[in-house]
Parts: sequence; structure tokens; C-alpha cells
Amino acid sequence: MNIGVAVDDVHQRALPSANESGPAPKRVVVAYGFWIFLLSDIVMFSALFAAYAVLVRATAGGPAGAALFNQGSAAIETACLLASSYTCGLMSLAANERRRANIYLFAFVTFVLGAAFLGLEIREFAAMIDRGATPQRSAFLSAFFTLVGCHGLHVAAGLVWLAVMMAQVAIKGIRGTVERRLLCFALFWHALDIIWVWLFTVVYLMGVRS
Amino acid sequence: MTDTRFDRAPGDRPILTGLEEEASSGLLVYTIGLALAIILTITSFWVANTSLLWGPGIPLGLAVLAVAQMGVHLVFFLHITTGPDNTNNVLALAFGVLIVILVVAGSLWIMTNLNDNMMPPGELMSLPMRP
Amino acid sequence: MNLLGNLSWNAIPFDQPIAMFASALMILVILSILVWITVSGHWPYLWREWITSVDHKRIGVMYIVLALVMLLRGFTDAIMMRSQQAIAAGGAQGYLPPEHFDQVFSAHGTIMIFFMAMPFVIGLMNFVVPLQLGVRDMAFPTLNSVALWLTASGILLTNVSLVVGEFAKTGWVAYPPLSELQFSPGVGVDYYLWALQISGIGTLLTGINFVTTILKTRAPGMGYMRMPVFCWTALASNLLMVAAFPVLTATFAMLLLDRYLGFHFFSVNGQGNPMMYVNLFWVWGHPEVYILILPAFGVFSEVIATFSGKPLFGYRSMVAATMVICVLSFIVWLHHFFTMGASADVNGFFGVMTMVIAVPTGVKIFNWLFTMYGGRVRFSVPVLWSIGFMVTFVIGGMTGVLMAVPPADFQLHNSLFLIAHFHNVIIGGVVFGVMAGFNYWFPKAFGFTLDERWGRSAFWCWLVGFYLAFMPLYILGLMGMTRRMQHYDNVSWQPWLVAAAVGAVVIMAGIACQIIQLVVSIRDRARHRDLTGDPWNGRTLEWSTASPPPAWNFAVLPHVAGADTYWNAKRRRQANPNEPVQAREYEAIEMPNNSPIGFINAFFAVVTGFALIWHIWWMAGLGVFGAFAAFLLFAFRAEDEIEIPAERIAQFEQVHRAEVAL
Repeated sequence: MNIGVAVDDVHQRALPSANESGPAPKRVVVAYGFWIFLLSDIVMFSALFAAYAVLVRATAGGPAGAALFNQGSAAIETACLLASSYTCGLMSLAANERRRANIYLFAFVTFVLGAAFLGLEIREFAAMIDRGATPQRSAFLSAFFTLVGCHGLHVAAGLVWLAVMMAQVAIKGIRGTVERRLLCFALFWHALDIIWVWLFTVVYLMGVRS
Repeated sequence: MTDTRFDRAPGDRPILTGLEEEASSGLLVYTIGLALAIILTITSFWVANTSLLWGPGIPLGLAVLAVAQMGVHLVFFLHITTGPDNTNNVLALAFGVLIVILVVAGSLWIMTNLNDNMMPPGELMSLPMRP
Repeated sequence: MNLLGNLSWNAIPFDQPIAMFASALMILVILSILVWITVSGHWPYLWREWITSVDHKRIGVMYIVLALVMLLRGFTDAIMMRSQQAIAAGGAQGYLPPEHFDQVFSAHGTIMIFFMAMPFVIGLMNFVVPLQLGVRDMAFPTLNSVALWLTASGILLTNVSLVVGEFAKTGWVAYPPLSELQFSPGVGVDYYLWALQISGIGTLLTGINFVTTILKTRAPGMGYMRMPVFCWTALASNLLMVAAFPVLTATFAMLLLDRYLGFHFFSVNGQGNPMMYVNLFWVWGHPEVYILILPAFGVFSEVIATFSGKPLFGYRSMVAATMVICVLSFIVWLHHFFTMGASADVNGFFGVMTMVIAVPTGVKIFNWLFTMYGGRVRFSVPVLWSIGFMVTFVIGGMTGVLMAVPPADFQLHNSLFLIAHFHNVIIGGVVFGVMAGFNYWFPKAFGFTLDERWGRSAFWCWLVGFYLAFMPLYILGLMGMTRRMQHYDNVSWQPWLVAAAVGAVVIMAGIACQIIQLVVSIRDRARHRDLTGDPWNGRTLEWSTASPPPAWNFAVLPHVAGADTYWNAKRRRQANPNEPVQAREYEAIEMPNNSPIGFINAFFAVVTGFALIWHIWWMAGLGVFGAFAAFLLFAFRAEDEIEIPAERIAQFEQVHRAEVAL
């Protein structure tokens, strides 16, 4: 007698629950693994958040948030990123329906909006540095530039990834690995927007308030 | 026939029957999410700048709005629901949120406590002068 | 601008004879091995079957090889410290000047934790978990290879610091302000930071891989409560990796920004806060020790159940205890810095939580004892390690609970009592655990058992040596001796330190026994060949495969009907020996393709790390670009999988029918 039984021999009358059905399909496995990675990334951001919260008053005689942050700029950045999250969702829909033209279109819009976000943020950083509010000026500024800059780096990496994904769609088509990678990209992009919600709330809105 | 043998991938929309599956329903979900997020964002900016609310309560209000908007993103953009096919995804998310809370709240508690107990550098200099 | 950054011939420690000798020895050994491989023409085989392999079994073996090699390096540091402290009493200065001694204890801790203990447990988990789950490989096989080689990159960078430059002198925790550029201007701390950032990425990827594998890919019928306990402890350990390592990454990133770009996270000027480093470091640091010990607990669960001939006592409480430890490990971290100045309520809270976490551990110990009670215990080498663990770890745990009381800790913090405690739990727990696992699963990996006699000798040398080396340290801690002392004035400490040095030599004899055990076992492998695939009469699914298993693990995925499926199937077979063996139809199996991306990625990681350490910016840029370009090539590869034809599977099953059929 062999303990190894072909999976087909399993009685079909009682559908087993998900955790007894054997290895999950690739799409589920890949997306879940990426989900776990995203959670680890969020923990990393939380450490940077904690450092920011501890150092928010350590201005060493230099400028504090209220003097530096421009709410208008933050609002436009938020609008850009939120809109790009929406168009990314539309790209996911197009990917599910296998409509290539729509995929390219919404990817392009997502890219432009993300790049706009990044451009505005870089402009804000440059303006601050021009005024002498460099990360080397105080612990508060070190924490600010690192926290917000880390998010910006993630956005930049996402833009590079998006560009590569479009090349993959063009060369390899949508099926199989490319489809799963697009799902992961969407997860990434939405998670970045969630982190931005916390960033603009804690750093910009609460910072200006104090 | 709904196949519930396997879990749903995070980020995947629920598998619906042929009748329910319409091209516009996916669009509707995302659009509602966008609208809610816009409303919450505008509210946050208003709360931060208004003088109508009690000052010390504003950070809490902002935090609540941020949590709400995070929820909107999770439900409408990431399709995280409480169905049995989504349990693993929700559990992982809960674990992550727990760790974030422990790290941030724990660090803040400890660091403020340490700061309270530490002597500020300026006072160190004036110590011999104290009566 | 200097093309080689800060790198110059001064980086090589020509004026330090010990470092020069060690470097020369290391280079000689490495070169000899490389030359031998080249001369005997083994490169194609190595490249094809090991370096580019994405097979979890191969990767597991490679992790353990790395761990064993680094055990030798870390232990050499230990012998150096013990011998130095044994002679540097009164006015004597010993043979290691302070700058060198400081690097030795920093390297010892870094290597033993990150490059010996972590790779060892990860290697065991890699080899065993997919087999126990009844699946063909991990969820992300190529990612597995990437993680392995990134760990190897960290190891390489750390060892390069011996030859070119220096290592950190800050201790393995590298607290600022000492680790800031102002007080550690050399490259030592940079080697430490970059080596650990690189290998830390590898560890994070491992965590993601295992969590996904255990939660999403198991054999049909294997619900959560039918998984072996080793898989549960692997799950808990990897959840901790995913949750804790990002905090370390962020903390090291902040220190790197301070050092490289003049940020003020932890510097006192600019109103930075060095205490925040300590806080964030230990937010990672405490879960880290549970990352190490939980898989060891899993090994003991498997070993004790198998060699007692009984199912593990209290499976549900074991699972519950494991997951409780997993969560609790995140709310005790302040006990590493009770003395840093928090007030009584904060210290008290964390003190109480530290004591609470001992409770689920106690549950586990009782479960193991109850498993052995009433069973027919075979005192094999893995069981010896397990019993040694139970006694030793309980003592170490008790001294931990003692120090969990903040007022007591104020006396004992950073004394040798602390050193004795954590070596007590890490050696008694983690090292004994991986040694048990190594002896237990070796025949599955290589097809022959290890020599029993040399295995016993190794165990007894380790056990006696451990107590001789570390019990005196408890006494010295109570006598007031601080850790990390290059020399000391109080000559009444010296006899105890001499005893400790003798203990270290006895442990060295134990390590020698293990090396001899390997040599003898390989020499006599024909005699010790595992012909049944199940040398220990095991209970879990890995024993139902051939030794070593084929690349695809199981020709047909097993259908799991209950806990201890394999054991029950064997019992049924014994009860009905004349039942005909069912003929099976084999189908072709798709397995993931090998890939060089892990190795290539790691190569560029080493280049980038080395360049950043020495401020060779163009080389760092080249390294990053190279890694990215290689990854792009991988992302566009045409063939992800290879198909193994059904005939080959059928042939293997036929040849190994004594091992795979019952």
C-alpha cells in the first residue's frame, strides 16, 4: 500500500476547506508572498515613523515643520498619488479583461501622475535645502527627509517597475508570470498610497498644526 | 459555481457569478473608493486648519480620518474583505498592524519616559550653581 | 579625486602579526579549495548542481556548510578571548592589544549570531519544511537562492574585513555615539553595517518564502492542525523574521545616514538621540533570539517524539505555546536596557512581560518530558543533545528570569553574569538544537548515517566544555567582573577565567570530534548507508522519501488523512503485510529551472558593499547597475520551468522502491 495517492482519487463529494486543498494556485501564492513583503515594508516605515515622532521637536534651534511645510503642495501631491492609485486600479481591471490598449493607457497615466508627485516632492526638498533646512541641520530634519524621502524612493522604484512591466506586457504578453507581476505592482502602488495617507496626516497636517 | 476550495489572492476581486459579473461593477468599486478617499482627504485638510474644533482633539481626529482612509483603500482598492476566502490575508494584515502599533507606541512610550528622566544639556552646566 | 576612494595599501594590517597570520591562513585555505576544484574539473558540476540550484534541499545544505565554516571562525574568536582573559590579570596585558581585542569580541558576536546560528536554523528549515509539508519545493525557489547568496555576501564582506581594513570595535550591537563617525572614523563599523544590511535582505526574503510556503502550499489534506510541530515553529520563526528585520534595516539605515551624510539621528549635536538606537535595535534584537530558538524547539519536538516511539504529547498546547511565544517576543525588548534610565513603571511592565514569556516555554518543556514518559526511549545522538538541551536551557532560562527583575538587573547588566546567561540559552538551546537536527536529518540529506561513537564524544565534550566554560562566568558576574575586558586588575578573578579557558578547549575538542565524525562517516559511508529512507522509524512525511530525495521530492503528492500520516500508514502496512502494492500512474512534473541570478546578484552586492565601505562611488554605482541589469535579464527569461518526464520518475521509483513504497 502506498500512502501517496493521486490527488484525483480524493473524493469530491465534500469540498475540503481552503487549508486542506493542497498547494494553492500560483496566483494566490505569488500575491500572498508579495502581501507579506508589503507588510514587512510597512514595519520598516513604522520604525522610521517612530524615529520621526521621537525627533519631531529636536529642531536644534533650526526651523520646525510649521515654518517649512507648504500645505498646498502637500495637497497637490496627495491628489496626484490618489489619482494614480485610481488609474492603477483601472489598469488592474484592464489586465483582468486582457485589454492591452487600456493597460498601456492607464499605466501611462499612472506613471505621469506618479512622476508628478515625485517632481513636486523633489522641488519641495530642493526649496528647503536652499533655505538652509538641510537634513544635516537638525535631528528633526534628518528624520523628515529620511521618512518622506524613503517613501519617495519607493515611488521612484515603482515607476521604474511600471516601465519594465509595460515592456514585459509588450514582449511577453499578459498571461502567466506577467499577469501575476502586474497584480503585485498594483498591491505595491496601493500600499504606497496608504503610507502616504499616514505621511501627510502625521508629518504635514499635524506638523503644521503644532 | 463558486469554487471556494482555495483562498483569494490579496488584491484580487471576489469571484462573482456570471450574472453579477459586469464590466462596470469593477469600475464602480474603484470610483466609489476614490470618491470616499477624496472626501476624507479634504476633511483632513479642513480639520488641520480650522479653528472650529477643540485644539487638543485635532491630532486624534486626524488619526481617525487617516484610519478611515486606510480602510477605504483596503476595501475598495485592495479588495480586502472578511469572507472565509480572505482570512489569511486579513490575519496577515492584522499581524502587521499589531507590530506597527507595538513598535510605534512602544517606542514613543519608552522614549518619552527616558526623555522625562534625562537632564537637559543646559541644566547640566548650571548644576553647580543650584542653591 | 582618488579613483579608489579611501582604499590604500595601509588598509592591509601589515603591522599586526596575528591579523596577518589569520588573513594568510584564510586566503591559503580558500585558494587551495578553489585550485583543487579547478584541477579536478568540478566547476561544471558545482555550477550546475549547487551554485545555480534553486532546490530547497541543496540550498539547505549550502546554508549549513556556511554555518559550520563560520562556527570555526567565530569559535577561533572565542578561544582568543578566553586565552587573553586567562592571562591578562594584574598588570599583565596579554597578547591582544585593546584595538584588536575589541574587534575580536565584536566579530565573535556578529558572526555567531548572524552567520552561524541564523544560517544553521534557516538551512535546517529549508531542507526539512517542504518535505514535511509533502510538497515539491518552497513557494519561491529562485528567491530562496537569492537569499542564500546574499547571506554568503555578508559573510564574505565580514571576512574581507580581516584582510583589508578592520572590523567594528563597538561590540556586536554597535551603539552610538561610539559607532558614529566621530568616534569610529575607520571602516570597521561600515563593514559591519553593510554586511548586515545585505544579509538582512536575504533573511527577509527567507521569512517571506517560508510564511507563504507554510500557509499556502501544503499537501492535500494537511490542515493546520496536521502539520508537524517543526513546521509550526518554522512558521512562528519566519513571521518574526518578517516582522523584526525591517526594524533593523531602518535602524542601520539611520546610522549609515549619520555616518555617510552627516545626519543627526543618533548624534548628540543636532539634538539627535543615541538612546533611540538602543531602543530600535532591541525591538529587532529580542525577536531575533526567538527566531533562533523556535526552530530549535521544533527540532526537539521531532527528535523526542521519534525516539520515544510516541506521538508528541500535547500537540495543541505546543502549537498554542509556539504562537504565544511568537507574539510575546515583541513586548519584552526593554529588558535589554533596564539600566538606560526609564522609570519604574516602564521597567516594571517589561520585567513582568519577560517573566510571562517563560510560561509557554515551560509548557513546551513539560510536553517533551511527558512525551518521553511511558515511551521506549532510544538514546541516540540526537536524543543526547535534546536531554542536554533540557537541562542546560532550563538553567539559562532561570537566570534570565532572575535578570528580568529590574533591581537585580541593575547589578548584573553587562557583567559576565549576562554573558553566561545568554550563552547558556543560545548554546544550550540553539546550538544543541541544530546539532540534534544535523545528526537527525543528515541521513535523509546524504543517504548514510553519521558515526555514532564520534557523535557521542562530540556531545559529551560540548556538554562538559560548556559547563566548564560558562558556570565560572556566572560567579565572576556576581563578583563584579564586567564584560569585554581586555585586561583586569583583580587577580582573584583569574582562577575562574582559567577554568573558563579550559572549558573552551574542551568545546574545541568537541568540535574536533564533529569534524572527525564527518570524515569517518564519509569514509565509511558504504557501511552506514540508509537503505530504507527511514533510519530512525520516523513519524513525519520526510521519512517516506528516498535518501536523498529526488529533485521532485514526491512522485505523487501524498494525501494526508490525519496527523502522523506516515506513522499510521506504516502501522497499517505492518498489520497487513500481504496487501498488494498499488501500481501507480506517473505524470510528468514541472520543476523550477535553475538560475544564476542568486549568485550574480550576490556578486554585485559584494562589489557594491565593498565600494560603499571604501567610498569608491563609481564602483558602487556600477555594482547597483550590474545587479539591476542582471535582474532585468532574469525577469525576461523565456523558460521558467523544466519538465521532468514521467519515465524518469517511474524509473527512480522503481530503483528506490524499498524506500518509497511501504
